[in-house]
Amino acid sequence: MAEIKFEEALKKLEKIVEDLEKGDLSLDEGLKKYQEGIELARVCSQKLDSAKKKIDVLAKNKKGEFELKPLDESKLEE
Amino acid sequence: MTDPAEDLFMSAAQKNKGRQIYTVSQVTHDIQLLLGETFSGIWVEGELSNVRPASSGHYYFSLKDESALLSGVLFSRTAAGVKFKLEDGLKVVCFGNIDVYPPRGQYQLIIEKIEPKGMGGLQLALEQLKARLEKEGLFAAEHKRPIPYLPARIGVVTSLTGAAIKDIFKVLERRFKDVHIVVAAVKVQGEGAREEIARAIEDFNLFNRTAPVQERIEVLIVGRGGGSMEDLWAFNEECVARAIYASAIPVISAVGHERDWTIADLVADLRAPTPSAAAEVVIPLKEDLESRLTHVLQRLRAAFADALEYRKKDLLELVHRLRLSIEHLWELDGHAFAAAQAALQRVNPAVLIPEYKDKLIDLARQIYVRMDQYIRLHGAEFSGVTEKLSSLNPLNILSRGYSVTFKLPAATIIKDAESVAPGETIKTQLHKGSIISTVTQVQ
Repeated sequence: MAEIKFEEALKKLEKIVEDLEKGDLSLDEGLKKYQEGIELARVCSQKLDSAKKKIDVLAKNKKGEFELKPLDESKLEE
Repeated sequence: MTDPAEDLFMSAAQKNKGRQIYTVSQVTHDIQLLLGETFSGIWVEGELSNVRPASSGHYYFSLKDESALLSGVLFSRTAAGVKFKLEDGLKVVCFGNIDVYPPRGQYQLIIEKIEPKGMGGLQLALEQLKARLEKEGLFAAEHKRPIPYLPARIGVVTSLTGAAIKDIFKVLERRFKDVHIVVAAVKVQGEGAREEIARAIEDFNLFNRTAPVQERIEVLIVGRGGGSMEDLWAFNEECVARAIYASAIPVISAVGHERDWTIADLVADLRAPTPSAAAEVVIPLKEDLESRLTHVLQRLRAAFADALEYRKKDLLELVHRLRLSIEHLWELDGHAFAAAQAALQRVNPAVLIPEYKDKLIDLARQIYVRMDQYIRLHGAEFSGVTEKLSSLNPLNILSRGYSVTFKLPAATIIKDAESVAPGETIKTQLHKGSIISTVTQVQ
């Protein structure tokens, strides 16, 4: 759950709400969905506050394979 | 006084005496010198016709107007610097020298510079390429791919030393940061820029083909900061246009130029006027996401509350489960906890128990009232039955003088004289009291 992307979590949450809104779930399932939804909302909220950007450079290694190398942002400063 | 006409005639005759005869080469050489001196560094305006590109890279054509025609040649070295396409009918202004080509005895304009009349060469080149690509369908609306909302990974094709990358990072500071940016560093102007830009777009597509799904780039931003038309030229190049068109990843063009559209802008799936604007399109505002999340949470709570309402019969089971999960709910944040509390409140046993108690009391009262009614309704019938029951009571028969005899000690009722023998003890039950006797004779 911790590795889930904000957008994925939000989409899952929206799906859960749709399922619940259809109203054809048993209470047992409904409660499970509800709890899952609350948990997803918590993850989203956390991601909003704590997300850190990640910036890489697309490069090729000696074998000609693609590699992502972290960008040294200090190099951008003039 | 001699007639000037005669004099002219005489001098020609005299000249003929010591006549100087040129070879073809000499006269051609003299003409070459004469023309070269007289028509050096001139501007000539005319219409192109009969344009013939040679395999050597040279261009041969004629310049003409209503009444004259002048051969022209553009050598490959000069032709390489011409951005627009030389086409018949195009009105041009040329700068160059008149030269003679001795093997054919022809003079022609050796062109050093050529510009379309009325507009810059770059502008014309742009218009020409635009027309061609449009005809091919590169700008067609049906080819535009949708830009993903909230992409997790964004590819950026730009220079690491330009303004664009810094602008994009600045946008990121103010916005949602759960995003992974991958930069392909390229030259954005000058020699080789167009090839680097096109290759970077292709590289991102190649990268996606081998990368696992969770690492694939979802959208590309291709651009640079503002500059002159010449600075932005790489984004008007055909190879860049074709790379954008061929990209499987949706492309946002972001060439820093509010007013004019580059060809890259026309081919791209979305055109942003600046790199910052491109970043703003794909990286949403934190507040927008917060309000979206709040909205979804509200819907979640409402939907769950409705589900509870709908399934009241299972409420007690739910109370139990909610109690079990209460520890888990405690860990949730403020929003969630409030929501859970609201949900719990709906199924609170403290609220439910009096409700059920009331129901029980009500039921008991109903049973009491119904029984009473029943008894009243069926009272007569009831007393008839009582009498019937009483007439069957054996004690009532005894009161009329009958008696019952038991054999002792088993106390079985004697219905047949054969069942006793002389000497056995029997008990006779009368209406009042009983008699114990010994059998003396059986008849």
